[in-house]
Amino acid sequence: MKVSDFTYEVKEGMAISFQAIRANKMRSVLTTLGIVIGIVSVTLMGTAIEGLNRGFSDSVAKLGADVLYVQKWPWFAGRDWWKYRNRKDIKMADYKALARQATMFQAATPATGTLKTVKYQNNSSTGVWIIGSNEKYLEIGGSNMDYGRFFSQAEADGGRPVCVIGSEIADNLFPHATPIGKNLKVGSYTFRVVGVLAKQGSFLGMFSLDNRVIIPMQAFLQRFGARHGIDIDVKVSNIKQMDDAKEELRGIMRKVRHVAPGAEDDFAINQQELFIQTFNTIGIVVAGIGLFITALSLFVGAIGIMNIMFVSVTERTKEIGIRKAIGARRRVILLQFLIEAASLSLIGGVIGIIISYPLSLLVNQILPTSMPVSVVVISIVISLIVGVISGFLPANRASKMDPVDALRYE
Amino acid sequence: MNVINIKNISKTYVMGEEEVHALQRVSLQIDRGEYVAIMGPSGSGKSTLMNILGCLDTPTTGLYEFNGVNVSDMNDNDLAKIRNKEIGFVFQTFNLIPRSNALHNVELPLIYGGIPSTERKHLAEEALSHVQLADRMHHKPNELSGGQRQRVAIARALVTKPSIILADEPTGNLDSKTGDEIMALFEELHGQGNTIILVTHEEYIAEHAHRIIRIRDGSIERDELVKKDGEARSKMATAE
Ligand SMILES: Nc1ncnc2c1ncn2[C@@H]1O[C@H](COP(=O)(O)OP(=O)(O)OP(=O)(O)O)[C@@H](O)[C@H]1O
Ligand SMILES: [Mg+2]
Repeated sequence: MKVSDFTYEVKEGMAISFQAIRANKMRSVLTTLGIVIGIVSVTLMGTAIEGLNRGFSDSVAKLGADVLYVQKWPWFAGRDWWKYRNRKDIKMADYKALARQATMFQAATPATGTLKTVKYQNNSSTGVWIIGSNEKYLEIGGSNMDYGRFFSQAEADGGRPVCVIGSEIADNLFPHATPIGKNLKVGSYTFRVVGVLAKQGSFLGMFSLDNRVIIPMQAFLQRFGARHGIDIDVKVSNIKQMDDAKEELRGIMRKVRHVAPGAEDDFAINQQELFIQTFNTIGIVVAGIGLFITALSLFVGAIGIMNIMFVSVTERTKEIGIRKAIGARRRVILLQFLIEAASLSLIGGVIGIIISYPLSLLVNQILPTSMPVSVVVISIVISLIVGVISGFLPANRASKMDPVDALRYE
Repeated sequence: MNVINIKNISKTYVMGEEEVHALQRVSLQIDRGEYVAIMGPSGSGKSTLMNILGCLDTPTTGLYEFNGVNVSDMNDNDLAKIRNKEIGFVFQTFNLIPRSNALHNVELPLIYGGIPSTERKHLAEEALSHVQLADRMHHKPNELSGGQRQRVAIARALVTKPSIILADEPTGNLDSKTGDEIMALFEELHGQGNTIILVTHEEYIAEHAHRIIRIRDGSIERDELVKKDGEARSKMATAE
């Protein structure tokens, strides 16, 4: 077989299928519906996974991947939550002992939080996350100041009534004036604003990281108490020694809390890795559902194309006979109908991509994402493959027709 | 040398219980440059014979040599190649591709023959000029009259410069005046050295040919040369 022959055959096949599809526009478009749905689902799945990945690494960066969280509960307790309910609270004494004894840490802070309403004059914000911490908050949390300053070690140790506010609070309560030096009401207590945090955005679109107020731990405990104890956030000095650091921390905590040898820990040390695993799980679920819908609709689409191609072959029996009579080989006829099926499917794919684009913008409202180019390429390849597979049986039937019978067909 | 040499060809169709003997032990030689008319009553096997001669169909038994090559048991692809290069078909119902214009219809055998596009276009235009349709090249079949359609079909048959041109009742769907024009065209083609085999029901159309083969019930009844003055002389004794 000469390459040039093949080129002419492909060109001719493309011209024929273009004419055939144009002659049956409505039918062709309706036929591709399954493919359209399949491709929409593929692209949206790809977009969502892309969004999860991006949102995830953004969030981990914001939250700090090198921080260990000593807490009463593991983050992902699942059904075992009742096991942890009777554990001793984590106290300030635990924090102090840990801060004194630990060696592998850059910074540590006690941490606790509660939801309160925050007021300034006539403006108020409800459901604000009030955090008790110390002067190391910025270093550990990976956040920055926008303006003003963070509270000092002296203010933290002395439990002074000062606070640092998130950018959303600053915008809501002080739309026209600087918040620095102003006295806020947190619940029924007064705190003086000393600084405003730089905007951080939201955590995977679920809650805002800027809707918060940070006050010294001592002040928090005196005014609001800590019903379930506190957490201890510890930033590891070398992220490569996370596991060693975790072991050291565990040893100190067990000693301080008098855990008998061989007994289970009565605290949990959480880290972002658990987040990573959980998000991978979410990704797998999204991919699983997406793939299921995709496979189902592509299957339906493939059947639809196969069906319409059988119709098309039957309708054009006479034409097949004519082409064979003037010397078209089996391969030429096979190719012609395969190209037609692939073109139909490709049209479906392109329609699917066109529909997906605005939908991906909607997804972008929830997850930081855009439709990846790779997904577009994959969609086009998938629709071509589906077309060729579903066109094979009809094309094969056409190619094997007897020329005399085909010519006689009315 | 003969273009066509068939020996004892039979074609049998099996329809359930019944067997239809469309051709029975037909033998025939046709030389290069001949102009042959095949005549016979309806159902006598003319089209069946033409389809076998045109390599569209294969005989049930018997030998077929085309240009000295045995084609009786060639496969589909090799037969397609012979149809493409060596045989030009003209049908009663024109059999053009409806969605393609005249030029493309004529180009089609060249496409399947792997001729590059510029040469292809040139040859197709030449063939269309040959049948006086240079000004209708870009018309689709449904924008052409019956006679014009048949001339496009003839151009398509000519364009590959085949060894033989087969025409199965080419004037059957045309009025007598247009039919005469088409017959004049065949005569001209024959004058230029083409080998033509034509099926017809009309005696006056058969008179254009130089040899008439009469078929009845799947067998050759008579095979005679036509004298210039219209008087026929026997070429081969009949089976009676
Ligand atoms: N595919 C087929 N299956 C069964 N029988 C067939 C088939 N093709 C032709 N025949 C039979 O073979 C015989 C010869 O048919 P053919 O078409 O060759 O006749 P014809 O001489 O061309 O007739 P007409 O002048 O009407 O075109 C007829 O009896 C016909 O019924
Ligand atoms: Mg016939």
